[in-house]
Amino acid sequence: MKINRRQTLGLLGSTAVLACPNILSAQEGPINVSALYDLSGGLDVYGAPIVDTLKFAVAEQNRNGGLLGREIELKVFDPQSNMQLYAQFGRQTVLADKPAVVFGGITSSSREVLRPIMRQFNTLYFYANQYEGGVCDRNMFATGVTPGQTVEKLVDYSTKTFGKKVYIVAADYNYGQITANWVRKFTADQGGEVLAVEFFPLDVTDFKTAISKIQQAKPDYVWSALVGGAHISFYRQWQAAGMHRQIPLSSTTFAGGNEHVILTPEECNGFMVCQNYLQEIDTPQNAAFVSAFHKMYGADYPYITELGVGAYQGFKLWAKGVEQAGTTDRMPVIEALETGVSVDGPSGRVQIDPQTHHTIMDVHIARVQDGGLVPVETFSQARPVDTAMSCDLIANPADTTQYVIEL
Amino acid sequence: MDLASILTIEILGSVAVLVLISIGLAVVFGMMKVINMAHGEFLMIGGYVAIYAKNWAGLNFWVSSLVVAPLCVGLLGLALEWLVVRHLYGRMIDTMLATWGISLALIGAMTMLVGNTTTGISTPLSSVTIGAYSVSGYGIYLICLALAIFVLLYGLFRFTAFGLQARATTQNADMVAALGGNPRRIYSMTFALGAALGGLGGAALAPITGVIPTIGATYIAKAFITVISGGGAVIAGNLSASLLFGTVGQVFTYLYTPVIGEVALLVAAVVLIRILPKGITGRFFRRSI
Amino acid sequence: MSRILQTLALLVVLAGGMALPNLVELYTVYEVTVYVVMALLALSLAFIWGKGGIMCLGQASFFGLGAYAYAIAALNFGPGLLAVAIAISVPTLFAAILGYFMFYGRISDIYVGVITLAVSLILMNLVNSTSGPQYRIGAAQLGGFNGITGIPTLAWPNGTPLDPAALFRLSLTLLVGCFAAISLYLRSRAGKVVIAIRENEYRAELLGYNVALSKLVTFSAGGALAGLAGCLFANWGAFVSPTVFALVQSAQIIIWVIVGGRGTLIGPILGCIALQWATTQLGTQQTIQVNLVLGLVLTFFVLVVPAGIAPLLAKCARAVTPSRSRITAKEKQA
Repeated sequence: MKINRRQTLGLLGSTAVLACPNILSAQEGPINVSALYDLSGGLDVYGAPIVDTLKFAVAEQNRNGGLLGREIELKVFDPQSNMQLYAQFGRQTVLADKPAVVFGGITSSSREVLRPIMRQFNTLYFYANQYEGGVCDRNMFATGVTPGQTVEKLVDYSTKTFGKKVYIVAADYNYGQITANWVRKFTADQGGEVLAVEFFPLDVTDFKTAISKIQQAKPDYVWSALVGGAHISFYRQWQAAGMHRQIPLSSTTFAGGNEHVILTPEECNGFMVCQNYLQEIDTPQNAAFVSAFHKMYGADYPYITELGVGAYQGFKLWAKGVEQAGTTDRMPVIEALETGVSVDGPSGRVQIDPQTHHTIMDVHIARVQDGGLVPVETFSQARPVDTAMSCDLIANPADTTQYVIEL
Repeated sequence: MDLASILTIEILGSVAVLVLISIGLAVVFGMMKVINMAHGEFLMIGGYVAIYAKNWAGLNFWVSSLVVAPLCVGLLGLALEWLVVRHLYGRMIDTMLATWGISLALIGAMTMLVGNTTTGISTPLSSVTIGAYSVSGYGIYLICLALAIFVLLYGLFRFTAFGLQARATTQNADMVAALGGNPRRIYSMTFALGAALGGLGGAALAPITGVIPTIGATYIAKAFITVISGGGAVIAGNLSASLLFGTVGQVFTYLYTPVIGEVALLVAAVVLIRILPKGITGRFFRRSI
Repeated sequence: MSRILQTLALLVVLAGGMALPNLVELYTVYEVTVYVVMALLALSLAFIWGKGGIMCLGQASFFGLGAYAYAIAALNFGPGLLAVAIAISVPTLFAAILGYFMFYGRISDIYVGVITLAVSLILMNLVNSTSGPQYRIGAAQLGGFNGITGIPTLAWPNGTPLDPAALFRLSLTLLVGCFAAISLYLRSRAGKVVIAIRENEYRAELLGYNVALSKLVTFSAGGALAGLAGCLFANWGAFVSPTVFALVQSAQIIIWVIVGGRGTLIGPILGCIALQWATTQLGTQQTIQVNLVLGLVLTFFVLVVPAGIAPLLAKCARAVTPSRSRITAKEKQA
């Protein structure tokens, strides 16, 4: 009896505490922005840099007078790489904090947990990661690159530079699967040949069999769509088996989790990558961004990742949309963004594509060199062609599907 | 022919990895009937110690992985035995749960200390060429290391005073005490030995897998299954179970995919326990160490 | 006397729970629902391990199977009673087969632990590798690592889906109902055999009881309960991913049971709710690692309070009110 009473009291108490922000967030208080990124558990390699750049973006915005004359308050939640907590925190924050926008989700599964919740409670949602593409949802803006934007360029480059025969190793989940499919398609377009595709679950660390299979197949180059901390072992074992000097490697996922900083130069110098953002991009905007960022976090900050900059640029786009709409209300902001809002971010010009709610942006092919990425070739304003194949939010604003592109 | 020798090396490599992750656990389980669920974290910390001893203290990799890492982790094991495990002897399930708690706490503490990013060091040996293939020389070193561990452990248990007392304590601790031995000290030394072997294994594996605070979880389930399936005899049990599971896993990985390999290994464990409910050495090689 | 008290307490919890959604914010309802669902899972392990002495290290297998079975059935046949029936029968059947395999093979103690653990890892590995488009059951794409999202919520017979408050009330009713059912079962003759086997398997067998059968029944019932929890979990979050089979998930259940009090039924429920609440709170701050706290809590409990919270609370209650008659007198007045 006692316990139950106490429990009820506890519940009521915590409700009262949690309900407080409601009063504060009334029209004239600060604008709430919520972020849900994994800061612990297996995925914080990706989550922590994103939260750093988001904090930086908010601080910068507040320093310049906030948004519509109001301060921005960032609330960060750590779902601990656990889908259940994504659902819990997602609902908690939209109902209690009433944020103007929610940034969140790293893996596609976490996005697919958040997306329906954001729709249900009419909260604008920004997904800022590089991902497999295809999500068609008017309530969501995707500000990361998709395979359609990067894979084609890098396959082109690799086929021309290394040769026509490719061996694909990929992470065994839909991102890896879809990326592998794109590599297949573009290789075929180039008249090349895919010797084999092999998928590895995200926790595999033993690649010696895979490496001897590659040796057997003798490809011109290897395409890696490996993801996450465990898969870093592949590159180490690749070097240990003496393959690094013999067969070149291209990847659109390498460096996303700072692999090029973690591995030694001997292990990864010369890998080819293709990304939206490189810290080395030589533009005044990027120089200013990097120096301001280093001022906030110290010059020894390992590397500003593409995922982090995706969130930064996403935030900038949202802020511009709000300014244009003159309000933080969801529908006016969506409509403002749909006019094709653009910002000049660290990676170059970034523009919302009204048809897909994805972004049009520059992509860069780079070579890994001594812990950095040396730009080799820049492609200006790549469009999210993959998503655009099946998604048209102007014609079907009520669409919420994630299309899997069949090739 | 080249392919056959490559395959053999790969199978032995898988066996060696199983041995390195599980031998410390096997010692503790076989000699003390304690299942140490924090063993995965001993491996993880061994890896970190080896890497930091090399990168910060500037030690040679062989010194840091073969001496410093086992020493540090052995001391950690000694401390944990004194703090926690000592109070729970004879309660197998309770020790298992308490060490599980230690395991979680160590993961959390390491994450706060070093952050949750994969760190690693490059593999120290160059590759070896066999016909049209080249394999990692370090992989071959790991096979030799596993073999050396078996030989040394056998020597330790068979020919030293400590080994004799340890084996006697396993059979009848009270009798050892009555004869003037000190089972408490034997137990804490055995636990420290198990931890040191964990540190050694973790340090040896660090160059090929990298280290991350959560890496222990990927080891512990396999180590646990290998040790229990092996049964009570430390060396014979561990060797036979590792040989069986390593071969099954690797052959299926080669023929199909890593997932199938992993599943085949687990299925082999389930079937084995169904047939031999007390593990391999519960039935065969019963009198061995 | 205590039986009446217990019944009364259950009714009060039930009545309070029915009123709760009207008193608190919507997100609290969501949050409390998942606590209740997980409490059902904790109860399943409390039954088979705490009462039945079967050390199952892979209780997450049945939870996950229930969640996946519901997801697949609901996507194919609609979110009705049929889907729920499938969600419960799949894990029950699986538990029965696994139990037959183990208990009739005279496997016990830690070896049961190894097998159940291995089985949960096998399931996780298999489900994890189903991300290709070819892995599809009817209308349900299995999705591999990403799992299944957009699972339809259970609907009333007329087709309207349950709202969050109704889902909470349903979960709570099921929790209270299952708790009562297990308590009653344990008082029956068959239930007493379950306890007897936990205390001394050998003696129970010599006394002529069918140990393997009794364990099989306990294990399957626990599987059914965990499957039900999985089904509710899939309803609550509208998603399911392979992590439901993970070692971490199984470990979590064990921690709930230990902290709450192995050997009691109410303890694991309380332990589960308390730890779930703590994990959620820790996720909103970034100074202390959740694992560190959980780990220290678990070690502390095993060392210092091996019996868990529930017996401790009972002891405290007795210490505060020295004479037993006074409690009952007070209760009568109330």
